[in-house]
Amino acid sequence: MLLVDWLYVGVFVAVGLVMAALPLGIVWLLAPQFPQAQKRLTYESGVVPFGQAWAQFNVRYYLFALVFVIFDVEVIYLYPWAIVFQRLGKFAFVEMLIFLIILLIGLAYAWRKGALEWA
Amino acid sequence: MGVNWPLEIGRAIALTVVMFTFLAVVTAMLGVLLERKIGGWIQSRLGPKHVGPQGLLQTVADTIKLLQKEHITPQAADVVIFNAAPLIVAVAGLMDWLVIPFAPGAIVRDLNIGILFFAAMASMTVIGILAGGFASNNKYALLGGLRSAAQMVSYELPLAVGLIAVAMEAGTLSTVGIVNAQIRNGWYILYQLPAFVIFMIAATAEVNRVPFDLPEAESELVAGYFSEYTGMRFALFQLGEYAEMFAMAALATTLFLGGWSGPILPPVVWFFIKMYAIVFFFMWMRWTYPRLRLDQLLNLSWKLLLPAGLLWILITGYRIAF
Repeated sequence: MLLVDWLYVGVFVAVGLVMAALPLGIVWLLAPQFPQAQKRLTYESGVVPFGQAWAQFNVRYYLFALVFVIFDVEVIYLYPWAIVFQRLGKFAFVEMLIFLIILLIGLAYAWRKGALEWA
Repeated sequence: MGVNWPLEIGRAIALTVVMFTFLAVVTAMLGVLLERKIGGWIQSRLGPKHVGPQGLLQTVADTIKLLQKEHITPQAADVVIFNAAPLIVAVAGLMDWLVIPFAPGAIVRDLNIGILFFAAMASMTVIGILAGGFASNNKYALLGGLRSAAQMVSYELPLAVGLIAVAMEAGTLSTVGIVNAQIRNGWYILYQLPAFVIFMIAATAEVNRVPFDLPEAESELVAGYFSEYTGMRFALFQLGEYAEMFAMAALATTLFLGGWSGPILPPVVWFFIKMYAIVFFFMWMRWTYPRLRLDQLLNLSWKLLLPAGLLWILITGYRIAF
């Protein structure tokens, strides 16, 4: 039955893409197409844009992404634990207590090091 | 055990078409109309009222108009990614609905990893938004996309923590299993109120709604990541966004408010009453609160919601284990 479950997921992606592309097809049939140089300029509040947008940007976005990757991987481990938790009882609780304390120490470390500060 | 493959494939295709149509009509078209009507009501004005009775056909007219609008692809844009981004956002919004149970038996597929699947698909949206913002090669769009990425990854952790607290309570990740557990034991909002609050805040941030609408902050970034999108591609972004918002409301209903359960009225009616109550809550917030600053937003997630959520998991664990 597992295979059938993922068949549905696959069909949802494929047919969903077709359904989403359908209105774009209608637009291609109905809408006018008169591309002009001025129309195709990048919008920059009405003035002629200077430079590219693909330039340097604040590195902090990247730092937050890094911290996220670490914590997301750790949070993933909580899902299987949450399901079997009731069957395993106290043992699972103590084990996860240790895991979560390590996680919280990691968070405190990132906090102390200033990885969570924007300014 | 024999599986009738042609039947299953046909059923899957039919359900996808039905679900996509449902999203386009009920969430996107009706949702935009509701948003404008509620906004009008809160701000003591009328909202749309000229097209059709009481303005009911306004979004239908808007859709027809958008279908006739020219597609403008900026000269500087990365064409392939630029075109793919709205499709990614729309399909990610659609995928969430695979595991939402409307009534007993009325679910596309009751996956055994239901809510993990939901969390994974909900976070796909950020790829589309970041791709759109980057490919536009527009400074506003790039900033909107980056802000969105920072915001959505930050709030994914509190969201996951809220989901895990519910999974511990129910002992399953299947959405149908969780609703059935609530029918036996009572709604989880009673046991899991802190998880519900964390989930709702994180869900609002995940779907980029006020007070967390920095990615499209119209007063600073024009329209954020979809500044350069015209016509139907813009509409696909909107569709994905509304589908995502309604999906979050539907998931909150399923996890905390007992899903379809309720007396007298048929289950599916109860489901929609609860879902629309939460949608109304989202819209109420949109027209009431000012926008947060980026540093406030990140502080709220990392320094308050995440530690509080992990602590709540420990408290829940202690209560269940001892």
